[in-house]
Amino acid sequence: MSDNQYLKVEGLKTWFPVTGGILGRVHSYVKAVDGVSFHIDKGESFGLVGESGSGKTTIARSILRLVEPTAGQVLLEGTDVLKIKRRNLKPIRRRMQIIFQDPYASLDPRQTVRSMLVEAMRASGAVMDLGEAYARALYLIGAVGLNEDHLFRYPHEFSGGQRQRIAVARALATNPEFVVLDEPTSFLDVSVQAQVLNLLKALQQEFKLTFLFITHNLSVIRYMSDRVGVMYLGKMMEVADAEELYNAPEHPYTHALINSIPIPDPAVAKRRAPLAGEVPSITNVPVGCVFHTRCPYATQKCTDEEPLLKQTGERHWTACHFAKELNLPPPVTAKRRTQPS
Amino acid sequence: MEKEGTQQMLLEIQDLRVNFTTYAGKVQVLNGVDLKLREGEIFGLVGESGCGKSVTALTIAGLLPENSEIVSGEIMFAGDDLLKKSSNQMREIRAMRVAMIFQDPMTFLNPVLTVGTQLTESIDVRYGKAISQGWRPPEIGEALGATSASKRVGRREKKKILYHMGIQALKRVRLPDAERLMKSFPHELSGGMRQRVMIAMALARNPDLLIADEITTALDVTIQAQILELLRVLRGELKSTIVVITHDLGVVAEVCDRIGVMYAGDVVEVATVEDLFAKPMHPYTQGLLHAIPIVTGGNERLESVKGTVPDLIHPPPACRFNPRCPHAWDLCSQKKPELLAESPGHFVACHLYTKGKGS
Repeated sequence: MSDNQYLKVEGLKTWFPVTGGILGRVHSYVKAVDGVSFHIDKGESFGLVGESGSGKTTIARSILRLVEPTAGQVLLEGTDVLKIKRRNLKPIRRRMQIIFQDPYASLDPRQTVRSMLVEAMRASGAVMDLGEAYARALYLIGAVGLNEDHLFRYPHEFSGGQRQRIAVARALATNPEFVVLDEPTSFLDVSVQAQVLNLLKALQQEFKLTFLFITHNLSVIRYMSDRVGVMYLGKMMEVADAEELYNAPEHPYTHALINSIPIPDPAVAKRRAPLAGEVPSITNVPVGCVFHTRCPYATQKCTDEEPLLKQTGERHWTACHFAKELNLPPPVTAKRRTQPS
Repeated sequence: MEKEGTQQMLLEIQDLRVNFTTYAGKVQVLNGVDLKLREGEIFGLVGESGCGKSVTALTIAGLLPENSEIVSGEIMFAGDDLLKKSSNQMREIRAMRVAMIFQDPMTFLNPVLTVGTQLTESIDVRYGKAISQGWRPPEIGEALGATSASKRVGRREKKKILYHMGIQALKRVRLPDAERLMKSFPHELSGGMRQRVMIAMALARNPDLLIADEITTALDVTIQAQILELLRVLRGELKSTIVVITHDLGVVAEVCDRIGVMYAGDVVEVATVEDLFAKPMHPYTQGLLHAIPIVTGGNERLESVKGTVPDLIHPPPACRFNPRCPHAWDLCSQKKPELLAESPGHFVACHLYTKGKGS
């Protein structure tokens, strides 16, 4: 374990009670996040992937205390974020920002861009002086690739890509160290998505940010992340360096997920759908390994015993009983396009 | 692929222009679309949101909203111009010959009726009359026994036939436990199953043309892979022409024979899948292909297309891609390029390729 760890999540559980009957008694829990551990190094971009309902967004919201976790620890440079009293959260919140998926919902339609940026600075206490705040707003709008004129406009005057740039500027307004990006490009078109992804990468360098990048798009996460964690039904299935995860996945789920991506290249041989069946309901999670109902390699042991996330390589953790024994073939993926001359 | 004309055309769209009237002004959604669909092919229509791919489909199906206006064009389908049909005639065509499936099956299925009711109703609309006149679907003739020899068909027997056809339809899309499914309500099914039911419903009518509008967009990747696999399998079994509308070039590459790329209301390039990916010609297609992050791509910088999709109330003059095009010159903002064959079967609408040819 390096001492470079910026954020360490230990045994995080976020359960939502399900109530029923006239008495409104809690009869079960939706275990949206169920005992997840991972860490993020300072300055790295950690990616979380998984299908809908796998708990990736809940992890992010739990770290930021936008929902209250049930159990576990979230250590931000050694301090447990979950133990801080609600009213003392502000200084921590200034250091941790989030960019949401839908830039049409996340920007106040009745505020100009400048007023939004300045409000974020002053509310968080990052910059109190108004003159200084205006100057920083001007700097930020330039940093996200827009110009001074845009500061005095309202959100409805912008396209989706521009709105997402504004959301990025607002997140940076508080001068954060850590930014959660929750599906920041899934609302955008491909040609615009590439611009925003490039911008985020450049800003990460410039502002020395640590990223938690959440998406269901495996190609985007490959491009954006240094390390990747794969979620399924509230559990972490595999954590590894992006390169290694995509070239030599150890968990059958990761393998199937990578093999499911449609390949934009007709020259690559068509594969059969790698996984049968559907994602089980989160209210009724399979016992044992949560993936055993769809896993082509499942044995009796998988039904009986839940595999824990174990270290299987220097920087590789897998939650599978047979992680090292399966010898999964390398996933079928597309070749990199070469730029035409 | 074969040369143009050697294969039977199912549908030909020429110079289709459609405007939408909104409070902000007239939106010029389609700007002279030209498309030809061959019989039996899977044609992919790709483009970003607002490029007009769905509007093209809605126009074919005669489902344009009230505030739209067809300015010009014709859609030739089996010798008739669909744009000249009355709404009753279009209804008939949708029942018999053109089926459409949408992105979100939940908004399309009736939540208070069982899958079976909705499925058999859809088959009844198509085959009800024929069944009453003694027609039998070939594959279930023997399943019903010899009773079908009599000419007259009672209500009960017709219902039985429709039910069997419904079961067949569900089996065709590889849904397990079809009998139980017939009694289920849409909310009891998962997203992937609902989408299969929609496909079953459309295919049960054996349409000449099936339009699938972003049918995998709302699904998770592993389920999407299953639906794409289903389309690939069905392709061998069906004679329908399928139009797959999507913004995902990966989906297109997996299932289609030919692709049309749309940008801001224009078809900018049409080619076979192999040609389009191997040799994209239009600068927009080239930009689009380089903008997709791919899994083996590592993390070097993505090539992006500069700028954003134009506002179609005030579209750029002539070639609508010219403000974003790295190769644009003055002609591009003066004269709209035509969709011309650059090599057999590969069409592109760009002045770059007409430069040396006079005009």
